[in-house]
Amino acid sequence: MIKLIVGTEAMFFLALIMAFVYFSFSPDFRSHQLLSLDMKSTGIFSILLFSSSFTFWRAEINYQKGKIKQLRLWLLFTILLGGIFLFGQGREYLSLLNNHVSISSSIFGTSFFTLTGFHGLHVFAGLIVISIVTCLAFLGDYNKPGSSVISAVGIYWHFVDVVWLFVFIIVYVVPYF
Amino acid sequence: MKAINLPEPEKPIPNLSVSNNQGLLQWISSVDHKQIGIMYLWLSVIFLVAAGCEILLVRLQLAVPNNHFLNPEVYNQLFTMHGTTMIFFVAMPAIFGFNTYLVPLMIGANDMAYPRLNAFSFWMTFFGGLLLYFSFLAGGAPDAGWFNYAPLNLYNYSSSPGVDYYCSGLLIAGIGTVTASANFVVTILKYRVKSMSLKQMPLFVWMILINSFLILAAFPSLNAALVMLLLDRQLHAHFFSAQGGGSAILWQHLFWLFGHPEVYIVILPVFGIFSEVFPVYSRKPIFGYTFIIGSGMAIALLAFGVWVHHMFATGLGNTVNSFFAASSMLIGIPTGVKIFNWLATMYGGAIRFKVSMMFAIAFLIEFTIGGLTGISFTLVPIDWQLTDTYYVVAHLHFVFIGGTLFGLFSGLFYWFPKISGRMLNEKLSKWFFWLFVLGFNTTFLVQHALGAMGMARRVYTYPDLPGWGILNLISTIGGFMMAIATGLLVFIIINALRAGKKATRDPWDANTLEWTTSSPPELKNFDRVIPVKSTRPFRDMKRPDDADWKKNRQ
Repeated sequence: MIKLIVGTEAMFFLALIMAFVYFSFSPDFRSHQLLSLDMKSTGIFSILLFSSSFTFWRAEINYQKGKIKQLRLWLLFTILLGGIFLFGQGREYLSLLNNHVSISSSIFGTSFFTLTGFHGLHVFAGLIVISIVTCLAFLGDYNKPGSSVISAVGIYWHFVDVVWLFVFIIVYVVPYF
Repeated sequence: MKAINLPEPEKPIPNLSVSNNQGLLQWISSVDHKQIGIMYLWLSVIFLVAAGCEILLVRLQLAVPNNHFLNPEVYNQLFTMHGTTMIFFVAMPAIFGFNTYLVPLMIGANDMAYPRLNAFSFWMTFFGGLLLYFSFLAGGAPDAGWFNYAPLNLYNYSSSPGVDYYCSGLLIAGIGTVTASANFVVTILKYRVKSMSLKQMPLFVWMILINSFLILAAFPSLNAALVMLLLDRQLHAHFFSAQGGGSAILWQHLFWLFGHPEVYIVILPVFGIFSEVFPVYSRKPIFGYTFIIGSGMAIALLAFGVWVHHMFATGLGNTVNSFFAASSMLIGIPTGVKIFNWLATMYGGAIRFKVSMMFAIAFLIEFTIGGLTGISFTLVPIDWQLTDTYYVVAHLHFVFIGGTLFGLFSGLFYWFPKISGRMLNEKLSKWFFWLFVLGFNTTFLVQHALGAMGMARRVYTYPDLPGWGILNLISTIGGFMMAIATGLLVFIIINALRAGKKATRDPWDANTLEWTTSSPPELKNFDRVIPVKSTRPFRDMKRPDDADWKKNRQ
């Protein structure tokens, strides 16, 4: 089930990314892109998001081994890292808006905010789900192995990270080449 | 009779049998796949009546030249709502109704894999439809055509909130469609009775499986387009407005990348219905079981490579046009394969001309006409001549009505006894059949000529050119014949539900598992499922000496 949902979500992001790439050929797009975006600071936040995939993977492994304390710890790490990423995105949005780059300012603003915004929304949804899982873990729902919930959430979370890998490369890295 | 135990709860659920009378609440709160399936079917009937009334008004406006029966704004809203409703809230719910009702029964399961998600899917579709229709009260329905081209769909050109309701209504219904499809895939792959291998599944179930993947891959494109359009209209983004640096053609790409698969989404399940109907009423096994599956998969894959044939007139260049012309011709082949499968199934069979079978045979003829006019559009110069004329209208109605709707009618007359436990009046049903088929051809055959004569689609009114008035009048009369026929159908159904003859569990001497249950099935579909050793397990049980699995062990 979760694989099917991830598949259909992948098609959704494919459509958004295609729109972004399509518009990136329009005049002024690249200069806007280079001027407004800061690859380094977003890169650091991206690394934090990617490492949250690692921490979630550790949580899964520990769950399979029945180490509940470690499971809870790694889950908390994951929430923390995801939260920091969202904070970073918020900070970036704020500075862009202060520089008068908004969704209605130009075609760059339109496609940038839509693409990264939908990704952020997916991170946010993932954080809600992981928070619920963490609460359940603290309440003792996962004291026994055998539940497929954590691996299902994991597939979604890794998917969100992979999407960001593509988004980061296309939005932040490609204009330098 | 050897039987296989199903690992299911042994005690019945207290006070929840389908027949006991808890009124409306029981339906609203239901998670039973049969009740949800029936609700889907009624939903589509309600929207069919709404969309039918809309188009009758449009046809009245077009009945004579230089007519001013409707005002132009209302006219635009009516044809837009007609198309949108028919695709998203008549064809889709009707198909999902059959899917939801029949898939578990046909694979020997007691419910869908996720019953609550199933209810969620239905209610999303329901409220999506309501939201779309609420636009009439909120200042005007969408008025930019069902495919809602940019820039007509932008605020500058359509300032009433209609298009916003179009976006949100379709988004909500789309969520329901996607979740339902995921549900079907899991149900089919994980909940089949253990003895049924993939290659023994009924073809209807196969087509639903293929179709569900098609939906999962196609709908996100529509959703992305709708979200972008909402952002354009609400937050002044620039996706589709050329002044802001956006691109109107992007809407067409995204919409048709969904829209062309969509026409296969509403035809593949119907191909599944026919693959059940033809063998039963011809008393023969289906001809080329694996070919039907294979061509279904081919259609699903090719469906994503043909969308630009809706855009030949946008000037994408000869290279692009040639590629998509070729791929569009290619997709005619697997569809043709299926037509020959069904013809060969009928060949030499002992055919029973029940209404269901009559619709199936009428489908073969009408759908082939629609298919041939479709092929004519793959020739780019002909497309340039005929695009956006009534020829297109005729073509798409021949495939949607002659294909999808005839299939749904065929399925309705085939499975109605199972779903309701009552028989439909065969004599009245035949009246309905002839009236509808006649009305359908009266309406749309002449539109081919109108299109070739140059009458553009969606025009509010037209000058009194030679032949135009009379052909349009014939078309309008045909439309009212279909309306009368539909009224007759509703009467036949209600009559059967009230006082119809009781149906036995297997009135058509059918082949598949759903007919082994009582009519209508109990809340719990199966206590035991008969062993599945071929694609026709029920027939094997009824005729053990002539069983399929004895004849061709693979």
